[in-house]
Amino acid sequence: MNWISNYVRPKINSLFSRREVPENLWTKCPECGTMLFHRELAENLNVCSNCQHHMPMTPRERFATLFDGGIYTEVEVPAPVADPLQFRDQKKYPDRMKAAQKATGEKEAMLVAEGEIGRTPIVAACQDFSFMAGSMGMYVGNAIIAAAERAVKLKRPLILFSAAGGARMQEGILSLMQMPRTTVAVEMLREAGLPYIVVLTHPTTGGVTASYAMLGDIHIAEPNALICFAGPRVIEQTIREKLPEGFQRAEYLLDHGMLDRVIARAQMRGELITIVRMLMGLTPVVAGDLPPPADVASLADQRATAATGEPAEIDETS
Amino acid sequence: MTTYLDFEKPLSAIEGKAEELRAMARANGEMDVEKEAAALDRKAADILNDLYKNLSPWAKCQVARHPERPHCRDYVEALFTEFTPLAGDRNFADDLAVVGGLARFEDRPVVVIGHEKGHDTTTRIEHNFGMARPEGYRKAIRLMDLADRFNMPVISLVDTPGAYPGKGAEERGQSEAIARSTQRCLQLGVPLVSVIIGEGGSGGAVAFATASRLAMLEHSIYSVISPEGCASILWRDAEKMREAAEALKLTAQDLKKLGVIDRIIPEPRGGAQRDRAAAIANVGKAIGAMLGEMQGMDRTAVVQERRKKFLKMGAKGLAA
Ligand SMILES: [Zn+2]
Repeated sequence: MNWISNYVRPKINSLFSRREVPENLWTKCPECGTMLFHRELAENLNVCSNCQHHMPMTPRERFATLFDGGIYTEVEVPAPVADPLQFRDQKKYPDRMKAAQKATGEKEAMLVAEGEIGRTPIVAACQDFSFMAGSMGMYVGNAIIAAAERAVKLKRPLILFSAAGGARMQEGILSLMQMPRTTVAVEMLREAGLPYIVVLTHPTTGGVTASYAMLGDIHIAEPNALICFAGPRVIEQTIREKLPEGFQRAEYLLDHGMLDRVIARAQMRGELITIVRMLMGLTPVVAGDLPPPADVASLADQRATAATGEPAEIDETS
Repeated sequence: MTTYLDFEKPLSAIEGKAEELRAMARANGEMDVEKEAAALDRKAADILNDLYKNLSPWAKCQVARHPERPHCRDYVEALFTEFTPLAGDRNFADDLAVVGGLARFEDRPVVVIGHEKGHDTTTRIEHNFGMARPEGYRKAIRLMDLADRFNMPVISLVDTPGAYPGKGAEERGQSEAIARSTQRCLQLGVPLVSVIIGEGGSGGAVAFATASRLAMLEHSIYSVISPEGCASILWRDAEKMREAAEALKLTAQDLKKLGVIDRIIPEPRGGAQRDRAAAIANVGKAIGAMLGEMQGMDRTAVVQERRKKFLKMGAKGLAA
């Protein structure tokens, strides 16, 4: 029973018509129950301002806040055969896919992009937990291979944000085969001498953890993310005992030597820039805010003007 | 004594009757029952033939898990000479769910790695029912390192319900161990030839089955999840395992169509458990043939071929 949701919210709603106040204006923190104003939550990178709980982020939200000026180019992913096994449980797999596509507006559970972070060129891949629990099937495998191939071609590091309930059961054995397939992608990066950094977000479980998510040069996790092979419920049923507090959470894995760092989302971008620049042998990042893209364009204009002899003052370090 | 599976009930009735007749004849020398008993035998053989010609995917799961099916150690004993088991991950423990070591296959030195399920209560517990912990996969990585350095092919025998879902296993990095073992398979400059002899359970199987050549016994299975597990998630009812087994396409026949495996090894009539020696001999022949296919390939070609195989895998689906 939460007094905010049960008392305050109906009252606020009653002040306006339902039409004017979309349901998603407020989000309730699933950890502490605080009602968070949608815009403020987005500005805070979907982290609860009260308890610091890290809520899920879609790949587009992630990329918009990761890349300089929110600018990135999507890398095309070869489409696999749809419904390769003609799988049917209580629903047909194509129907489940359509529902997920409609709900998310995305084609599949992973997005690949290229762009710059702190003026450092990278390729990034991000798994979408809101799309069928981010599950790994042929498309996700193809996406990771496409990301690795693009990174090798452009000689850029690959940063991968993982989030998945595990394998896409509706693709049966072919979902399992993404474990070796994505490992081939990791091998391509390794051979090309390019950094592969994994950011494990809540939750990363099953076959995803047992392949590309645990093969990074560096493993960073978001606070309190569940990261495991077998889920806590399966383990409790097997060993018939209660698991300790925080079991399989990011901090627990850090204590057990499975991660390099646990970093809050607000610091993540800065961390990634620092790490990637060191691994790529680049100069330290220039401190301070980068100009928004509009300013970069006008800067170029000014440079062009300067070249024609007109006076212009440009601070190259800004 | 034969353990009958539920779908073998009609068979057990007839075989039981034949046995009863012969027991009566033994007790009473005057009786001549051999003609009738032989007729029952023929009938039983026909039933067995029919049953195993069209096993449902769920029936195949049961056969693949049959307790009397030959296990890793039976194959190692029969098909290899000078088997020298090697132990430990040099880090924490020796995991008996994974056995492995040096051996000779047709006189050629090889490294053999496999899951061992055990054959009675004591050995089943000792081998943890073939469910490996991180130490098992790390032992396998060590053995693959050895094979790679001394240019010995690796032969892996896969038979596991899956990696062990335990507290310690998770704490010691079950996922990382499986991922690294799969990666090591892909890096091997020597042939890796693998046979699924019973159950190929999910990531725990992939860790050894990421092979240059992969064969499956006719009634073995290879799946992303157990039919029971899949049923309880997608049907919300573990009793729907028949439907799940059907949908998952986990039989050797379907996996061959999908291009996930390279060959199907025939089993004797009524499954490997009814004629263990014949099943083992067939596996031996297949291993020899698969190694033969890779004769003379250099290290780079071996690595590249394996990689290409996995990059292409699944491109056409079942329609292939
Ligand atoms: Zn909160």
